[in-house]
Amino acid sequence: MSTPNGPLIEIQDVEKIYRRGAEEIHVLSGLNLTVARGEFLALMGPSGSGKSTLLNLLGGLDRPDRGTVTVEGKRIDQLSDRQLAAWRARHVGLVFQFYNLLPAMTAERNVELPLLLTDLSRRERRQHVATALAIVGLAHRTRHYPGQLSGGEQQRVGIARAIVTDPTLLLCDEPTGDLDRKSGDEILGLLQALNREQGKTILMVTHDPHASARASRTVHLDKGQLSADPPA
Amino acid sequence: MKYLYLVWCGLKRKKLRTLLTLFSIVVAFFLFGLLGAIRQALAGGVSMAGADRLVARHKVSIIQMLPISYEPRIAALPGVTAVVAQTWFGGVYQDPKNFFPSIPVEPAEFLAMFPDFVLPAAQRQAWLATRTGAIVGRTTAERFGWKLGDRIPLRSPIWRHEDGSDAWEFDLVGIYDGAKKGTDTSQFFFRYDYFDEGRAPDRRGEVSWFTLRVNNPALADQLAATVDREFANSPYETKTEPEGAFAQGFAQQVGDVGAIMTGILSAVFFTILLVVGNTIAQGVRERTAELGVLKALGVSNGRVLGLVLGESCLLAALGGGAGLGGAWLVTLGGSPVPSLLPIFYLPTADLLAGLALIAALGLLTGLLPALQAGRLGVAEALRHHT
Repeated sequence: MSTPNGPLIEIQDVEKIYRRGAEEIHVLSGLNLTVARGEFLALMGPSGSGKSTLLNLLGGLDRPDRGTVTVEGKRIDQLSDRQLAAWRARHVGLVFQFYNLLPAMTAERNVELPLLLTDLSRRERRQHVATALAIVGLAHRTRHYPGQLSGGEQQRVGIARAIVTDPTLLLCDEPTGDLDRKSGDEILGLLQALNREQGKTILMVTHDPHASARASRTVHLDKGQLSADPPA
Repeated sequence: MKYLYLVWCGLKRKKLRTLLTLFSIVVAFFLFGLLGAIRQALAGGVSMAGADRLVARHKVSIIQMLPISYEPRIAALPGVTAVVAQTWFGGVYQDPKNFFPSIPVEPAEFLAMFPDFVLPAAQRQAWLATRTGAIVGRTTAERFGWKLGDRIPLRSPIWRHEDGSDAWEFDLVGIYDGAKKGTDTSQFFFRYDYFDEGRAPDRRGEVSWFTLRVNNPALADQLAATVDREFANSPYETKTEPEGAFAQGFAQQVGDVGAIMTGILSAVFFTILLVVGNTIAQGVRERTAELGVLKALGVSNGRVLGLVLGESCLLAALGGGAGLGGAWLVTLGGSPVPSLLPIFYLPTADLLAGLALIAALGLLTGLLPALQAGRLGVAEALRHHT
């Protein structure tokens, strides 16, 4: 088991292969990574380098072909689909590049989604949703549909949805990739605040050096291998 | 219940498409309900047929007459406990479109034979005492606003007086009700003695059929054969059959309505099945990324399967319920064409069959897309969008 001061995430000798017909594509090869609790880690790399694949493995959205993925002392690569789903609901908050909000639901209903999997009452769910939307500065836009919100606001709703269950770690896949610089800066500021003020462990995939500069550490992924960010 | 909103959101994602699909289901189940009522109307005589009653008619056709002299001979056969002669009068009231079954009968024997027609005792006495007396079912009485004591003129294209006139007059002495919901209360009955004396002399003594009661329904087939043997090789050979078969034959003069209905409904439901199935499948395809998000948030495969199945079931329940409910409300108002369909209501059996069809429609149309959604890999589903 990991201790409060020990690493939150440990990845050892992870290999991930995609098969396209007879062709095998080695996306990750013998990859090792350790992430400390409370860290804000930026994961950079060119397209096709395996960043999103790595994020999927850490979030329990996919399984490695070889190696181990341990989060908070638990081998998530050994969990069944059902166990993984329950684990994700409890421990992972996901932020997507294109927000991935459900368009037929209001902002507050979108944020409420992960809470439907809990035993909270409707009233308690509403309270949690209000808190999460207040943290991202959208308390006044609760009844708006995604189509009525700007890109930046939609991403804020996405972040509120990711933090509403108070997860162990936040996984962000290009969270500013679809935003203009100003909105992107606001989102990065928000993530930074969540990391510093609420101690959230954040892993962020990004292409953008400007975004990675906000992280406490940056690692580069290329051809399935990691390399540390050279000191500035 | 907390997932119902999620199911509802899935449906309102494409409002127009959902509405059109819903409308097609409403129409299909409305038709189903109405056709059920029509089938009930046409088979009404069959459903109220007594197991202990047989009908003897001319072997060739119902329009061929039998002599009234057969009545005592049939009554004398062992196993027969009662006989009543009936004749198709074919009367119309004021206008040819005001048609309803009108039949001369022997009152006492008739009322004893058919306890389904409930007549107050005083009216029964009045009918027995009045040669020109007639009784009518409440449906027809209300249709024309008839009251006891009214004089009812009817014209018969079949039966004329000696002077060639086709006009007949009757005194309304009774209005009967049905003992059961399906009892036909559109018919008009009047006295055979008045009818026989009033018609042209060369046609007197002719009747259309005899209804006989048997003391042992289990031996009804044997008794029917006995009746037919009794009149074999005579100018008026008979065909005797259970009352239900007789009524069915009468109803099927316009074709096998049951088979026609089954054909129409099968085609309608197959089409609806394809339409709804396609709508749900298309909805799932379009929302692959959204379903991926739900899974990424921790919704299990089984629950995603349930959500998609919930959509198809909700759609079928809303559309089917509205259609079936609409048909039920329409049939509550009574028959739109009392002369053609006197008994008109949605039978409970058809209502239950409709509910079973709603469930089947919801499950069948949702099953494949739901399985597809349940099996969807999370990372693969998310790639549809990102």
